Amino acid sequence: MSRVVDLLRFLGGQVVNRVWRLGRASRFFLAVLLKSGAALLRFPLLLREIWFAGVLSLIIILVSGLFVGLVLGLQGYEILQRYGSAQALGTMVALSLLRELGPVVAALLFASRAGSAITAEIGLMKATEQLKAMDMMAVDPVARVVAPRFWGGVISMPILAMLFSSMGILGGWLIGVVFLGVDDGAFWSSMQASVDFRYDVWNGVFKSVIFGVAVSLIAVFEGYDSEPTAEGVSRAITRTVVTSALAILALDFVLTSFMFRGMP
Amino acid sequence: MSNDNFLVHIENLCFDYDGRPVLQGIDMRIPKGRVVAIMGGSGCGKTTLLRLIGGQLRPTAGSVRVANEAISAMSHARLYAFRRRMGMLFQFGALFTDLSVFDNVAFPLREHTDLPEEMIRDLTLMKLQAVGLRGARDLMPNALSGGMARRVALARAVALDPALIMYDEPFTGLDPISLGVIGQLIRRLNDALGATSIMVTHDVQESLRMVDYIYFISEGRVAAEGTPEEVRASADPFVHQFIAAKADGPVPYHVPAPDMAAEFLGAAHV
Repeated sequence: MSRVVDLLRFLGGQVVNRVWRLGRASRFFLAVLLKSGAALLRFPLLLREIWFAGVLSLIIILVSGLFVGLVLGLQGYEILQRYGSAQALGTMVALSLLRELGPVVAALLFASRAGSAITAEIGLMKATEQLKAMDMMAVDPVARVVAPRFWGGVISMPILAMLFSSMGILGGWLIGVVFLGVDDGAFWSSMQASVDFRYDVWNGVFKSVIFGVAVSLIAVFEGYDSEPTAEGVSRAITRTVVTSALAILALDFVLTSFMFRGMP
Repeated sequence: MSNDNFLVHIENLCFDYDGRPVLQGIDMRIPKGRVVAIMGGSGCGKTTLLRLIGGQLRPTAGSVRVANEAISAMSHARLYAFRRRMGMLFQFGALFTDLSVFDNVAFPLREHTDLPEEMIRDLTLMKLQAVGLRGARDLMPNALSGGMARRVALARAVALDPALIMYDEPFTGLDPISLGVIGQLIRRLNDALGATSIMVTHDVQESLRMVDYIYFISEGRVAAEGTPEEVRASADPFVHQFIAAKADGPVPYHVPAPDMAAEFLGAAHV
Protein backbone atom coordinates (compact mmCIF):
# COMPACT_ATOMS: atom_id res chain seq x y z
CA MET A 1 0.00 0.00 0.00
CA SER A 2 2.69 2.44 0.99
CA ARG A 3 4.59 1.57 -2.21
CA VAL A 4 1.59 2.73 -4.22
CA VAL A 5 1.36 5.90 -2.16
CA ASP A 6 5.07 6.52 -2.67
CA LEU A 7 4.74 6.01 -6.40
CA LEU A 8 1.80 8.40 -6.59
CA ARG A 9 3.65 10.92 -4.50
CA PHE A 10 6.70 10.60 -6.74
CA LEU A 11 4.68 11.05 -9.94
CA GLY A 12 2.74 13.94 -8.44
CA GLY A 13 5.97 15.58 -7.30
CA GLN A 14 7.46 15.27 -10.78
CA VAL A 15 4.38 16.80 -12.42
CA VAL A 16 4.15 19.63 -9.91
CA ASN A 17 7.86 20.26 -10.38
CA ARG A 18 7.51 20.52 -14.16
CA VAL A 19 4.52 22.85 -13.89
CA TRP A 20 6.49 25.06 -11.51
CA ARG A 21 9.38 25.20 -13.94
CA LEU A 22 7.04 26.07 -16.78
CA GLY A 23 5.61 28.87 -14.66
CA ARG A 24 9.08 30.14 -13.78
CA ALA A 25 10.07 30.03 -17.45
CA SER A 26 7.00 32.05 -18.43
CA ARG A 27 7.70 34.70 -15.83
CA PHE A 28 11.32 34.74 -16.94
CA PHE A 29 10.24 35.20 -20.57
CA LEU A 30 8.13 38.17 -19.55
CA ALA A 31 11.03 39.66 -17.56
CA VAL A 32 13.37 39.25 -20.54
CA LEU A 33 10.90 41.00 -22.84
CA LEU A 34 10.33 43.85 -20.37
CA LYS A 35 14.07 44.37 -19.89
CA SER A 36 14.98 44.18 -23.57
CA GLY A 37 15.22 47.93 -24.08
CA ALA A 38 18.93 48.26 -23.39
CA ALA A 39 19.77 45.09 -25.31
CA LEU A 40 18.05 46.34 -28.46
CA LEU A 41 19.30 49.91 -28.17
CA ARG A 42 22.93 49.09 -27.41
CA PHE A 43 23.93 47.71 -30.74
CA PRO A 44 27.46 46.49 -29.84
CA LEU A 45 25.97 44.22 -27.14
CA LEU A 46 23.57 42.68 -29.63
CA LEU A 47 26.20 42.41 -32.32
CA ARG A 48 28.45 40.36 -30.07
CA GLU A 49 25.66 37.85 -29.44
CA ILE A 50 24.72 37.66 -33.12
CA TRP A 51 28.38 36.91 -33.77
CA PHE A 52 28.49 34.12 -31.18
CA ALA A 53 25.11 32.57 -31.91
CA GLY A 54 24.86 33.26 -35.62
CA VAL A 55 28.18 33.76 -37.34
CA LEU A 56 29.94 30.99 -35.44
CA SER A 57 27.11 28.59 -36.37
CA LEU A 58 27.58 29.35 -40.09
CA ILE A 59 29.95 26.48 -40.88
CA ILE A 60 27.80 23.74 -39.43
CA ILE A 61 24.64 25.23 -40.98
CA LEU A 62 26.13 25.65 -44.46
CA VAL A 63 27.81 22.24 -44.58
CA SER A 64 24.76 20.43 -43.19
CA GLY A 65 22.50 22.29 -45.61
CA LEU A 66 24.65 21.23 -48.54
CA PHE A 67 24.60 17.57 -47.49
CA VAL A 68 20.86 17.55 -46.87
CA GLY A 69 20.43 19.03 -50.35
CA LEU A 70 22.70 16.41 -51.92
CA VAL A 71 20.68 13.61 -50.30
CA LEU A 72 17.39 15.24 -51.34
CA GLY A 73 18.71 15.44 -54.91
CA LEU A 74 19.58 11.73 -54.98
CA GLN A 75 16.43 10.46 -53.29
CA GLY A 76 14.15 12.87 -55.13
CA TYR A 77 15.58 11.98 -58.54
CA GLU A 78 15.27 8.27 -57.79
CA ILE A 79 11.58 8.59 -56.87
CA LEU A 80 10.51 11.16 -59.48
CA GLN A 81 12.22 9.25 -62.26
CA ARG A 82 9.85 6.30 -61.64
CA TYR A 83 6.99 8.56 -62.73
CA GLY A 84 8.97 10.08 -65.53
CA SER A 85 8.94 13.50 -63.91
CA ALA A 86 12.59 14.01 -63.00
CA GLN A 87 12.36 17.61 -64.23
CA ALA A 88 10.19 18.36 -61.17
CA LEU A 89 13.22 17.77 -58.97
CA GLY A 90 13.68 21.51 -58.45
CA THR A 91 10.14 21.82 -57.07
CA MET A 92 10.57 18.92 -54.73
CA VAL A 93 13.93 20.01 -53.33
CA ALA A 94 12.84 23.62 -52.88
CA LEU A 95 9.49 22.87 -51.26
CA SER A 96 10.84 20.30 -48.80
CA LEU A 97 13.64 22.64 -47.76
CA LEU A 98 11.70 25.89 -47.56
CA ARG A 99 8.67 24.47 -45.80
CA GLU A 100 10.17 21.87 -43.47
CA LEU A 101 13.79 20.82 -43.56
CA GLY A 102 15.31 24.30 -43.61
CA PRO A 103 13.58 25.69 -40.51
CA VAL A 104 13.49 22.40 -38.57
CA VAL A 105 16.97 21.01 -39.21
CA ALA A 106 18.60 24.43 -38.92
CA ALA A 107 16.82 24.94 -35.57
CA LEU A 108 17.95 21.52 -34.30
CA LEU A 109 21.54 22.31 -35.28
CA PHE A 110 21.25 25.79 -33.82
CA ALA A 111 20.01 24.37 -30.51
CA SER A 112 22.96 22.01 -30.21
CA ARG A 113 25.58 24.48 -31.45
CA ALA A 114 24.49 27.87 -30.10
CA GLY A 115 21.80 26.99 -27.53
CA SER A 116 24.12 24.75 -25.56
CA ALA A 117 26.86 27.40 -25.65
CA ILE A 118 24.47 30.08 -24.35
CA THR A 119 23.32 27.82 -21.50
CA ALA A 120 26.90 26.93 -20.61
CA GLU A 121 28.03 30.55 -20.62
CA ILE A 122 25.19 31.86 -18.47
CA GLY A 123 25.37 28.82 -16.18
CA LEU A 124 29.09 29.27 -15.60
CA MET A 125 28.67 33.00 -15.05
CA LYS A 126 26.15 32.10 -12.36
CA ALA A 127 28.39 29.41 -10.85
CA THR A 128 31.35 31.81 -10.61
CA GLU A 129 29.18 34.53 -9.00
CA GLN A 130 29.55 36.85 -12.00
CA LEU A 131 25.79 37.39 -12.15
CA LYS A 132 25.63 38.15 -8.42
CA ALA A 133 28.56 40.54 -8.77
CA MET A 134 26.80 42.32 -11.63
CA ASP A 135 23.65 42.59 -9.55
CA MET A 136 25.67 44.10 -6.69
CA MET A 137 27.04 46.65 -9.17
CA ALA A 138 23.43 47.68 -9.79
CA VAL A 139 23.47 46.22 -13.29
CA ASP A 140 20.54 43.90 -13.94
CA PRO A 141 21.90 40.57 -15.25
CA VAL A 142 18.64 39.83 -17.07
CA ALA A 143 18.94 43.09 -19.00
CA ARG A 144 22.71 42.99 -19.51
CA VAL A 145 23.48 39.27 -19.98
CA VAL A 146 20.25 37.42 -20.78
CA ALA A 147 18.32 39.79 -23.06
CA PRO A 148 21.14 40.37 -25.61
CA ARG A 149 21.72 36.60 -25.89
CA PHE A 150 18.02 35.97 -26.32
CA TRP A 151 17.66 38.54 -29.11
CA GLY A 152 20.92 37.49 -30.73
CA GLY A 153 19.45 34.00 -31.08
CA VAL A 154 16.07 35.21 -32.27
CA ILE A 155 17.66 37.37 -34.98
CA SER A 156 20.18 34.75 -36.09
CA MET A 157 17.79 31.81 -36.40
CA PRO A 158 15.73 32.84 -39.48
CA ILE A 159 18.85 34.00 -41.31
CA LEU A 160 20.56 30.67 -40.62
CA ALA A 161 17.46 28.76 -41.76
CA MET A 162 17.36 30.72 -45.03
CA LEU A 163 21.04 30.04 -45.63
CA PHE A 164 20.46 26.37 -44.85
CA SER A 165 17.66 26.18 -47.43
CA SER A 166 19.74 28.04 -50.02
CA MET A 167 22.68 25.69 -49.58
CA GLY A 168 20.29 22.73 -49.76
CA ILE A 169 18.81 23.91 -53.04
CA LEU A 170 22.32 24.36 -54.38
CA GLY A 171 23.13 20.78 -53.29
CA GLY A 172 20.01 19.43 -54.99
CA TRP A 173 20.93 21.30 -58.16
CA LEU A 174 24.48 19.93 -58.02
CA ILE A 175 23.28 16.32 -57.85
CA GLY A 176 20.28 16.66 -60.15
CA VAL A 177 21.61 18.91 -62.89
CA VAL A 178 25.38 18.46 -62.82
CA PHE A 179 25.65 14.76 -62.01
CA LEU A 180 22.33 13.12 -62.96
CA GLY A 181 21.55 15.16 -66.05
CA VAL A 182 18.23 16.82 -65.19
CA ASP A 183 17.70 19.74 -67.53
CA ASP A 184 19.01 22.96 -65.98
CA GLY A 185 16.16 25.11 -67.28
CA ALA A 186 13.50 22.61 -66.20
CA PHE A 187 15.01 22.41 -62.70
CA TRP A 188 14.77 26.15 -62.09
CA SER A 189 11.59 26.89 -64.03
CA SER A 190 9.58 24.17 -62.28
CA MET A 191 10.82 25.59 -59.00
CA GLN A 192 9.91 29.12 -59.99
CA ALA A 193 6.47 28.05 -61.15
CA SER A 194 5.50 26.14 -58.03
CA VAL A 195 7.11 27.96 -55.13
CA ASP A 196 4.84 30.68 -53.82
CA PHE A 197 6.63 33.44 -51.98
CA ARG A 198 4.01 34.12 -49.33
CA TYR A 199 2.74 30.57 -48.93
CA ASP A 200 6.03 28.64 -48.98
CA VAL A 201 8.92 31.00 -48.31
CA TRP A 202 7.21 33.27 -45.83
CA ASN A 203 5.65 30.41 -43.83
CA GLY A 204 9.10 28.81 -43.57
CA VAL A 205 10.63 32.04 -42.31
CA PHE A 206 7.80 32.44 -39.82
CA LYS A 207 8.47 28.92 -38.52
CA SER A 208 12.14 29.65 -38.03
CA VAL A 209 11.34 32.85 -36.11
CA ILE A 210 9.12 30.85 -33.73
CA PHE A 211 11.84 28.20 -33.37
CA GLY A 212 14.38 30.95 -32.73
CA VAL A 213 12.27 32.36 -29.88
CA ALA A 214 11.73 28.87 -28.41
CA VAL A 215 15.36 27.72 -28.58
CA SER A 216 16.78 31.04 -27.35
CA LEU A 217 14.32 31.19 -24.46
CA ILE A 218 15.05 27.59 -23.43
CA ALA A 219 18.81 28.21 -23.65
CA VAL A 220 18.84 31.40 -21.56
CA PHE A 221 16.32 30.06 -19.05
CA GLU A 222 18.17 26.79 -18.47
CA GLY A 223 21.42 28.70 -17.99
CA TYR A 224 19.91 31.24 -15.61
CA ASP A 225 17.96 28.61 -13.69
CA SER A 226 20.83 26.10 -13.51
CA GLU A 227 22.23 24.89 -10.24
CA PRO A 228 25.51 26.80 -9.79
CA THR A 229 27.77 23.74 -9.77
CA ALA A 230 29.72 21.88 -12.47
CA GLU A 231 27.17 19.06 -12.39
CA GLY A 232 24.24 21.48 -12.41
CA VAL A 233 25.55 23.33 -15.48
CA SER A 234 26.15 20.09 -17.37
CA ARG A 235 22.59 18.94 -16.63
CA ALA A 236 21.26 22.32 -17.76
CA ILE A 237 23.08 21.98 -21.09
CA THR A 238 21.61 18.53 -21.64
CA ARG A 239 18.15 19.86 -20.82
CA THR A 240 18.61 22.71 -23.30
CA VAL A 241 19.37 20.35 -26.18
CA VAL A 242 16.66 17.81 -25.31
CA THR A 243 13.92 20.32 -24.53
CA SER A 244 14.76 22.40 -27.61
CA ALA A 245 14.56 19.36 -29.90
CA LEU A 246 11.18 18.34 -28.49
CA ALA A 247 9.88 21.90 -28.60
CA ILE A 248 10.99 22.37 -32.22
CA LEU A 249 9.37 19.17 -33.45
CA ALA A 250 6.14 19.69 -31.50
CA LEU A 251 5.87 23.34 -32.56
CA ASP A 252 6.58 22.33 -36.13
CA PHE A 253 3.57 20.01 -36.11
CA VAL A 254 1.33 22.70 -34.64
CA LEU A 255 2.54 25.36 -37.09
CA THR A 256 2.34 23.04 -40.09
CA SER A 257 -1.22 22.05 -39.24
CA PHE A 258 -2.19 25.72 -39.26
CA MET A 259 -0.20 26.65 -42.37
CA PHE A 260 -0.61 23.72 -44.75
CA ARG A 261 -4.01 22.11 -44.44
CA GLY A 262 -4.24 20.61 -47.90
CA MET A 263 -5.17 23.94 -49.44
CA PRO A 264 -3.69 24.72 -52.83
CA MET B 1 29.10 58.30 19.51
CA SER B 2 25.87 59.63 18.07
CA ASN B 3 23.82 57.74 15.47
CA ASP B 4 25.30 59.74 12.61
CA ASN B 5 28.71 58.28 13.23
CA PHE B 6 27.55 54.84 12.12
CA LEU B 7 27.02 53.93 8.48
CA VAL B 8 25.40 50.55 9.00
CA HIS B 9 22.95 49.62 11.75
CA ILE B 10 21.89 46.02 12.13
CA GLU B 11 19.16 45.29 14.66
CA ASN B 12 17.93 41.89 15.76
CA LEU B 13 18.61 40.50 12.29
CA CYS B 14 17.25 36.99 11.68
CA PHE B 15 17.48 34.95 8.53
CA ASP B 16 16.21 31.47 7.75
CA TYR B 17 17.44 29.44 4.83
CA ASP B 18 14.95 26.73 3.80
CA GLY B 19 13.45 26.85 7.27
CA ARG B 20 16.86 26.44 8.92
CA PRO B 21 17.83 29.45 11.04
CA VAL B 22 21.16 30.90 9.88
CA LEU B 23 21.17 34.22 11.70
CA GLN B 24 19.27 34.51 14.97
CA GLY B 25 19.25 38.08 16.18
CA ILE B 26 22.40 39.91 15.12
CA ASP B 27 23.04 43.40 16.45
CA MET B 28 25.89 45.40 14.94
CA ARG B 29 26.88 48.97 14.30
CA ILE B 30 29.55 49.76 11.75
CA PRO B 31 31.21 53.15 12.36
CA LYS B 32 31.94 55.42 9.40
CA GLY B 33 35.44 55.41 8.00
CA ARG B 34 36.49 52.21 9.76
CA VAL B 35 37.47 48.74 8.65
CA VAL B 36 35.40 46.18 10.52
CA ALA B 37 35.97 42.44 10.37
CA ILE B 38 33.25 39.87 10.86
CA MET B 39 34.74 36.55 11.89
CA GLY B 40 33.41 33.12 12.51
CA GLY B 41 33.73 29.54 11.41
CA SER B 42 32.92 28.47 7.88
CA GLY B 43 29.20 28.30 7.25
CA CYS B 44 28.20 30.43 10.23
CA GLY B 45 26.31 32.91 8.07
CA LYS B 46 28.98 35.57 7.50
CA THR B 47 28.47 35.73 3.75
CA THR B 48 24.70 35.71 4.27
CA LEU B 49 25.14 38.76 6.46
CA LEU B 50 26.95 40.63 3.65
CA ARG B 51 24.24 39.72 1.17
CA LEU B 52 21.62 41.00 3.59
CA ILE B 53 23.48 44.30 3.90
CA GLY B 54 23.70 44.52 0.10
CA GLY B 55 19.99 43.77 -0.26
CA GLN B 56 20.44 40.57 -2.27
CA LEU B 57 18.57 38.70 0.47
CA ARG B 58 15.63 39.85 2.57
CA PRO B 59 15.75 39.28 6.34
CA THR B 60 13.22 37.01 8.03
CA ALA B 61 13.04 39.48 10.90
CA GLY B 62 14.92 42.55 12.12
CA SER B 63 16.39 45.28 10.00
CA VAL B 64 19.48 46.48 8.19
CA ARG B 65 19.85 50.21 7.78
CA VAL B 66 22.57 51.79 5.67
CA ALA B 67 22.96 55.57 5.96
CA ASN B 68 19.73 55.53 7.96
CA GLU B 69 17.69 53.88 5.23
CA ALA B 70 16.17 50.44 5.68
CA ILE B 71 17.56 48.21 2.93
CA SER B 72 14.75 45.66 3.11
CA ALA B 73 12.04 48.30 2.57
CA MET B 74 13.57 49.67 -0.63
CA SER B 75 12.07 49.30 -4.08
CA HIS B 76 14.17 47.62 -6.76
CA ALA B 77 15.02 50.95 -8.39
CA ARG B 78 15.94 52.57 -5.07
CA LEU B 79 18.08 49.60 -4.12
CA TYR B 80 19.93 49.79 -7.44
CA ALA B 81 20.51 53.52 -6.97
CA PHE B 82 21.85 52.71 -3.51
CA ARG B 83 24.14 49.94 -4.71
CA ARG B 84 26.02 52.35 -6.93
CA ARG B 85 27.50 53.62 -3.68
CA MET B 86 28.43 50.15 -2.48
CA GLY B 87 31.31 48.05 -3.71
CA MET B 88 31.64 44.36 -3.11
CA LEU B 89 34.59 42.06 -3.53
CA PHE B 90 33.47 38.47 -4.04
CA GLN B 91 35.31 35.50 -2.64
CA PHE B 92 37.15 34.55 -5.83
CA GLY B 93 36.87 37.92 -7.51
CA ALA B 94 33.94 37.06 -9.81
CA LEU B 95 35.63 38.87 -12.70
CA PHE B 96 33.74 38.79 -15.99
CA THR B 97 35.61 36.10 -17.88
CA ASP B 98 34.70 37.48 -21.31
CA LEU B 99 36.16 40.93 -20.59
CA SER B 100 39.79 42.00 -20.25
CA VAL B 101 41.20 43.42 -17.01
CA PHE B 102 40.68 46.94 -18.32
CA ASP B 103 37.09 46.30 -19.41
CA ASN B 104 36.30 44.64 -16.10
CA VAL B 105 37.36 47.71 -14.14
CA ALA B 106 35.71 50.05 -16.66
CA PHE B 107 32.46 48.06 -16.52
CA PRO B 108 30.73 49.98 -13.68
CA LEU B 109 31.85 53.31 -15.20
CA ARG B 110 30.48 52.42 -18.62
CA GLU B 111 27.21 51.09 -17.22
CA HIS B 112 26.50 53.95 -14.84
CA THR B 113 28.06 57.06 -16.33
CA ASP B 114 28.00 58.87 -19.66
CA LEU B 115 31.65 59.84 -19.40
CA PRO B 116 33.61 60.09 -22.63
CA GLU B 117 35.87 57.16 -23.42
CA GLU B 118 39.12 59.09 -22.70
CA MET B 119 37.94 59.90 -19.19
CA ILE B 120 36.86 56.31 -18.57
CA ARG B 121 40.33 55.28 -19.72
CA ASP B 122 42.04 57.65 -17.28
CA LEU B 123 39.80 56.68 -14.36
CA THR B 124 40.24 52.97 -15.04
CA LEU B 125 44.01 53.26 -15.31
CA MET B 126 44.08 55.22 -12.03
CA LYS B 127 42.18 52.43 -10.28
CA LEU B 128 44.48 49.83 -11.80
CA GLN B 129 47.50 51.88 -10.76
CA ALA B 130 46.18 51.90 -7.19
CA VAL B 131 46.28 48.10 -7.11
CA GLY B 132 49.56 47.93 -9.02
CA LEU B 133 48.15 46.34 -12.16
CA ARG B 134 48.21 49.14 -14.72
CA GLY B 135 50.59 46.99 -16.75
CA ALA B 136 48.14 44.06 -16.77
CA ARG B 137 45.29 45.98 -18.38
CA ASP B 138 45.18 43.87 -21.55
CA LEU B 139 45.25 40.46 -19.87
CA MET B 140 42.18 38.26 -19.74
CA PRO B 141 41.03 37.06 -16.29
CA ASN B 142 42.09 33.46 -16.99
CA ALA B 143 45.69 34.66 -17.36
CA LEU B 144 45.77 36.12 -13.83
CA SER B 145 46.98 34.50 -10.63
CA GLY B 146 44.55 34.30 -7.72
CA GLY B 147 46.09 37.31 -6.00
CA MET B 148 46.08 39.42 -9.17
CA ALA B 149 42.47 38.52 -9.92
CA ARG B 150 41.54 39.61 -6.39
CA ARG B 151 43.31 42.94 -6.94
CA VAL B 152 41.52 43.54 -10.24
CA ALA B 153 38.22 42.76 -8.54
CA LEU B 154 39.17 45.22 -5.83
CA ALA B 155 39.85 47.92 -8.43
CA ARG B 156 36.47 47.16 -10.00
CA ALA B 157 34.71 47.29 -6.61
CA VAL B 158 36.04 50.81 -5.96
CA ALA B 159 35.60 52.07 -9.54
CA LEU B 160 32.67 54.30 -8.58
CA ASP B 161 34.32 55.48 -5.31
CA PRO B 162 31.80 53.74 -3.04
CA ALA B 163 30.95 54.84 0.48
CA LEU B 164 30.69 51.26 1.68
CA ILE B 165 32.95 48.43 0.56
CA MET B 166 32.23 44.83 1.46
CA TYR B 167 34.72 42.02 1.23
CA ASP B 168 33.73 38.37 1.18
CA GLU B 169 36.68 36.27 2.34
CA PRO B 170 39.31 38.45 0.63
CA PHE B 171 42.21 36.31 1.87
CA THR B 172 41.00 32.83 0.93
CA GLY B 173 43.44 30.80 -1.13
CA LEU B 174 46.20 33.44 -1.34
CA ASP B 175 49.91 32.95 -0.73
CA PRO B 176 51.37 34.93 2.20
CA ILE B 177 52.73 37.73 -0.02
CA SER B 178 49.49 38.29 -1.93
CA LEU B 179 47.63 38.04 1.35
CA GLY B 180 49.68 40.85 2.86
CA VAL B 181 49.26 42.93 -0.30
CA ILE B 182 45.47 42.56 -0.26
CA GLY B 183 45.35 43.37 3.45
CA GLN B 184 47.32 46.58 2.94
CA LEU B 185 45.25 47.53 -0.10
CA ILE B 186 42.00 47.15 1.79
CA ARG B 187 43.31 49.44 4.51
CA ARG B 188 44.84 51.99 2.12
CA LEU B 189 41.84 52.19 -0.21
CA ASN B 190 39.47 52.56 2.71
CA ASP B 191 41.44 55.45 4.15
CA ALA B 192 42.13 57.11 0.79
CA LEU B 193 38.49 56.97 -0.33
CA GLY B 194 37.12 57.88 3.10
CA ALA B 195 34.98 54.79 2.80
CA THR B 196 33.72 52.27 5.33
CA SER B 197 34.72 48.64 4.94
CA ILE B 198 33.13 45.46 6.17
CA MET B 199 35.26 42.38 5.78
CA VAL B 200 34.06 38.85 6.30
CA THR B 201 37.01 36.57 6.98
CA HIS B 202 38.42 33.79 9.06
CA ASP B 203 42.02 34.88 8.73
CA VAL B 204 42.78 35.90 12.29
CA GLN B 205 46.36 37.16 12.12
CA GLU B 206 45.95 39.38 9.07
CA SER B 207 42.71 40.83 10.42
CA LEU B 208 44.09 41.60 13.85
CA ARG B 209 46.89 43.51 12.13
CA MET B 210 44.78 45.78 9.96
CA VAL B 211 41.17 46.23 11.15
CA ASP B 212 39.69 48.68 13.65
CA TYR B 213 37.01 46.49 15.14
CA ILE B 214 36.06 42.81 15.12
CA TYR B 215 32.77 41.00 15.53
CA PHE B 216 32.78 37.26 16.19
CA ILE B 217 29.73 35.33 15.04
CA SER B 218 28.84 31.88 16.27
CA GLU B 219 25.59 29.96 15.88
CA GLY B 220 23.87 32.92 14.28
CA ARG B 221 24.64 35.36 17.08
CA VAL B 222 27.36 37.87 17.90
CA ALA B 223 29.54 35.87 20.27
CA ALA B 224 32.09 38.57 21.04
CA GLU B 225 33.31 41.92 19.77
CA GLY B 226 36.07 44.41 20.34
CA THR B 227 39.10 46.22 19.01
CA PRO B 228 42.13 44.09 18.09
CA GLU B 229 43.75 44.91 21.46
CA GLU B 230 40.63 43.90 23.34
CA VAL B 231 40.37 40.72 21.31
CA ARG B 232 43.98 39.74 21.96
CA ALA B 233 43.50 40.30 25.69
CA SER B 234 40.09 38.65 25.77
CA ALA B 235 39.42 35.88 28.25
CA ASP B 236 36.29 34.84 26.36
CA PRO B 237 36.66 31.09 25.65
CA PHE B 238 35.20 31.40 22.15
CA VAL B 239 37.56 34.20 21.14
CA HIS B 240 40.45 32.33 22.68
CA GLN B 241 39.62 29.16 20.75
CA PHE B 242 39.29 31.12 17.53
CA ILE B 243 42.48 33.14 17.63
CA ALA B 244 44.57 30.28 19.04
CA ALA B 245 43.11 27.94 16.39
CA LYS B 246 42.15 25.24 18.90
CA ALA B 247 40.21 22.32 17.47
CA ASP B 248 37.85 21.89 20.38
CA GLY B 249 36.22 24.37 22.73
CA PRO B 250 32.96 26.30 22.73
CA VAL B 251 32.83 25.49 19.02
CA PRO B 252 32.71 21.70 19.22
CA TYR B 253 35.00 19.56 17.08
CA HIS B 254 32.35 16.85 16.74
CA VAL B 255 29.15 17.30 14.82
CA PRO B 256 26.39 16.29 17.25
CA ALA B 257 26.09 12.50 17.00
CA PRO B 258 24.57 9.62 18.94
CA ASP B 259 26.50 8.34 21.93
CA MET B 260 29.71 6.67 20.76
CA ALA B 261 29.40 3.58 22.96
CA ALA B 262 25.87 2.99 21.74
CA GLU B 263 26.93 3.47 18.12
CA PHE B 264 29.85 1.04 18.11
CA LEU B 265 28.86 -1.54 20.73
CA GLY B 266 25.12 -1.58 20.25
CA ALA B 267 22.49 -0.23 22.62
CA ALA B 268 22.62 -3.41 24.78
CA HIS B 269 26.09 -2.57 26.10
CA VAL B 270 25.29 0.91 27.31
